[in-house]
Amino acid sequence: MTGAILTALMSHWFRRPFQMATLILGLALATALWSGVQAINAEARKSYGEAADALTGGGLSDLVDPSGPIPHETFIRLRRAGWLVSPVIDGWIAADRGRVRLLGVDPFTAPRNTAIGADRFEGETDIGTALIVNPATARRLTGADRPLVVDSAVAPGLALADLTVAREILGDTGYSRLILLPDQPLVRPPLNEIAPELAIEAPETAGDLARLTDSFHLNLTAFGLLSFAVGLFIVNGAVGLAFEQRRPVFRTLRALGVTSRRLVVILMLELLAFAAVAGALGIVLGYLIASALLPDVAATLRGLYGATVEGALTLSPAWWLSGLAIAAAGTGLAALGGLVQVARMPPLAPARPRAWAMVSRGTMRWQLGLACAFALTALMALGIGGGLTGGFILLGSLLMAAALALPAALSGLLHLVSRFGQGPIADWFWADTRQQLPGLSLALMALLLALAANIGVGTMVASFRDTFTGWLDQRLVSDLYVTTEDEAESSLLQGFLASRSDAVLPIWHTEGEVRGAPAEIYGVADHPVYAENWPLLAGTPDVWARIATGEGALVNEQLARRENLGPGDRLDMPGGWQAEVLGVYSDYGNPLGQVVVPLEVLVARYPNADRDDFGILAADPEGLRTALIEEFGLPESRITLQTALKAVSLQVFERTFAVTGALNILTLSVAGLAILTSLLTLSAMRLPQLAPVWALGVTRRQLARIELIRALVLAALTFLLALPVGLGLAWVLLAVINVEAFGWRLPMSIFPRDWAWLGFASLTAAGLAGLWPARQLANRPPAELVRVFSHER
Amino acid sequence: MLLCVETLEKHFPGTAAPVLDGVSMSLEAGEVVALTGESGSGKSTLLHIVAGLEPADGGSVRIEGAELAGMDDAGRARLRRTSIGIVFQQFNLIPSLTVAQNLAFQARLAERTEGLDLPRLAAALGLTDHLAKYPEELSGGQQQRVAIGRAIAPRPRLLMADEPTGNLDESTGKAVFDLLLGQARETGAGLLIVTHSERLAAAADRRLHLSRGKIAT
Ligand SMILES: Nc1ncnc2c1ncn2[C@@H]1O[C@H](COP(=O)(O)OP(=O)(O)OP(=O)(O)O)[C@@H](O)[C@H]1O
Ligand SMILES: [Mg+2]
Repeated sequence: MTGAILTALMSHWFRRPFQMATLILGLALATALWSGVQAINAEARKSYGEAADALTGGGLSDLVDPSGPIPHETFIRLRRAGWLVSPVIDGWIAADRGRVRLLGVDPFTAPRNTAIGADRFEGETDIGTALIVNPATARRLTGADRPLVVDSAVAPGLALADLTVAREILGDTGYSRLILLPDQPLVRPPLNEIAPELAIEAPETAGDLARLTDSFHLNLTAFGLLSFAVGLFIVNGAVGLAFEQRRPVFRTLRALGVTSRRLVVILMLELLAFAAVAGALGIVLGYLIASALLPDVAATLRGLYGATVEGALTLSPAWWLSGLAIAAAGTGLAALGGLVQVARMPPLAPARPRAWAMVSRGTMRWQLGLACAFALTALMALGIGGGLTGGFILLGSLLMAAALALPAALSGLLHLVSRFGQGPIADWFWADTRQQLPGLSLALMALLLALAANIGVGTMVASFRDTFTGWLDQRLVSDLYVTTEDEAESSLLQGFLASRSDAVLPIWHTEGEVRGAPAEIYGVADHPVYAENWPLLAGTPDVWARIATGEGALVNEQLARRENLGPGDRLDMPGGWQAEVLGVYSDYGNPLGQVVVPLEVLVARYPNADRDDFGILAADPEGLRTALIEEFGLPESRITLQTALKAVSLQVFERTFAVTGALNILTLSVAGLAILTSLLTLSAMRLPQLAPVWALGVTRRQLARIELIRALVLAALTFLLALPVGLGLAWVLLAVINVEAFGWRLPMSIFPRDWAWLGFASLTAAGLAGLWPARQLANRPPAELVRVFSHER
Repeated sequence: MLLCVETLEKHFPGTAAPVLDGVSMSLEAGEVVALTGESGSGKSTLLHIVAGLEPADGGSVRIEGAELAGMDDAGRARLRRTSIGIVFQQFNLIPSLTVAQNLAFQARLAERTEGLDLPRLAAALGLTDHLAKYPEELSGGQQQRVAIGRAIAPRPRLLMADEPTGNLDESTGKAVFDLLLGQARETGAGLLIVTHSERLAAAADRRLHLSRGKIAT
């Protein structure tokens, strides 16, 4: 019996393949965008976890010497005293596209069951001299003169090696740290008796990176959710119509003795079948989307946070299953209303597809009320603040309020515009358009959200680009940047450059903890070029003069915002001294806090600071570069032209936002599809409205043209309403989300030319979406129109 | 001659016998003709062809001397706008317009609004209290009265009605029919009305009976 009922119900879909395709496509797209984003997030998180695990030995504490490396003798002394420790040498080696972290470990003392334990290296025959890297890192190290052992379990951007190998490569300077093994003997002499200079450092977890990148993933998730919601609009439309059109079938089935419960269960089975097919399709699509976007996401995370993410996808069964689950959940959500109606339907309810499309005035009022509630929530979130979560609540409520208020706003606008129309056709056009609003409102809401997201994100990216390029121009003051091998080479270089350049500016730096978070400390030379070029957001009037005399410090915007610092505040510096904050400068793209102190102060306070980097001012940077390579013998890889640096920075920037751009376009296409399916759905139901007009002497061609114009008018009005919403969104992104997530605030710039393009794009999309149903109408046989008057429906 | 139909033929694919098999008839201005026939005899089909809503397979239809078959889609649409008023059995009205807008709609399409006195028309139809309502808020009889008002408002020369009272109870149907008849007489239009009711047909000037694809007088 169930089989017979299912056949009767399913025959509907096979007689309407287009409707079935709509349903499956909408569901598949929704699933695809959602699971694609999830795949990207999972991949990135896995990479952070591996990196943190390898660098810290899996959540164990370390012994470190704050003043420098730990000599071999100290290690021996500790082992003899009973301390179970394992030495690690930590450094960098040059690689294609930058550098790779080299971790020299001692497999025999390293803790087991971690990324660097002896059990980890079993079966690796060549371990004696090799670097163990994952396939992607191996490709970046093809130039190295070392044998490589490829092991895909090694974290990206990391090379593992035996201590002896690391010592050969990095030089014998001692150990970077000693890992404290988990099972220490109960009785052992205290640390300050054996090696008082050492300190215990708690395990560094993936937390820092996770905290930094959380906002980015939240962003992606929000986009995924938005696309999913847009896709569900399509599903809701298709399912709702199919339910309405099958009312006579339901009625007959009920008359034949099928209980409403059984009917609902069978309908759910049917939907589940669709969810399975569409979910599988969506997962495949999602995989394609994720693998297409992952390289850009990896570039973003590298560029913005310095996090390394592998460019290839590996997916778990959990991901596949969750994709199917979300497809089923989405179908359930979209079909809930229809199922409830079927369950409650009296056995002899008449079909009324038109009533389905018409939502009462009450609904609009109800939506408006909800919109007000969301707007209030947004205002409250703005007033209270509350970090990133507050920012996203603000963002979400703003979008929801706008979407829910759309039908009422459009209705009002149409009312206003209709005053300008003249003649019977115009009157009918405006009245009919307003009546059609409820049926189209879900699709139009989807369009509004997609457009607002486009405008908002577009404005943010363009504002960022504007600010960033201007800032780069100013900030990269030197014409040439070089890195030397050691101090001997540094002094040789300074001698070599004395006569050939306008100035050699040391860019020396060290790292340390400032107010409990890792920060960079830079020294600047006393040179007028800084005062001329460094954009300061705030500062004492004589800031550069005071820096020149060796006083005070500058902090970057991130640090200033996080710690609420301003000119005049005092800042505790690592090493136990205080500096007065003299100014704040913008430092886009840097995840870390930064403090700039006079060069002499850096050298005096931190004798171990990195002294290898120099900026050079020269009239002919190209010529100087050649001279440095040919006469001084500096390897090409250690010289960077300012122009090249700028190009690379801009490239990183562009790739950073390529993902957002791609998701933007995808969301907009889904919205276009939603309009198309809604129009096609409605066009089938609209015959009773159009037939009388046609019978009174308006040709099908005219009617088709009017239908097309209607789609365009609705899209245009929606675009107009999306503009303020998008700008509000941009403001929230720039002034709230960015500040919370990255620590910098960007000035908002307006780009009307981008809007014009977007407006054109949305009109084109709506036009294309309207063309098909319009053509259908123009070619509809008159007999079908005539039938409206003579058949009981 | 207002309407002249000669040897009209119509054949629907899939049916053995033609629906219309050489139908000829005519209608003078000011004349009221009732068309009767069994269900499925082709009355609606004949009306649709005369109104240019459906093409014929053979024969000719001339309205005020103009041959329908010689017109294109736009020409037939113009003819419907300006010269013909038509009332169907049901679903005549435009759901998104109010009663007042529906009443004036065809007159405005035909650009014949001069002399149109909407309050008077509404009063004559008994619709004065319903002008601001939408069609779905009216009863079936009220809806048909609006359809009649809309059809006569531009003063077309040819009025046609396809069982305009078919969905109404007898007394309401009689009232609607009388209204249509009265309006036709007042404006001097020719009226072709399809009906099943003997009583209504008897009130016409002339009766035509459609049977087996032919007119039997
Ligand atoms: N579009 C069509 N396709 C096929 N056959 C049709 C079509 N329209 C009408 N017919 C057939 O033509 C015949 C005449 O139909 P028509 O509607 O003209 O009858 P009618 O006299 O108006 O009947 P009723 O009194 O029931 O309204 C019927 O047999 C009908 O099945
Ligand atoms: Mg009929």
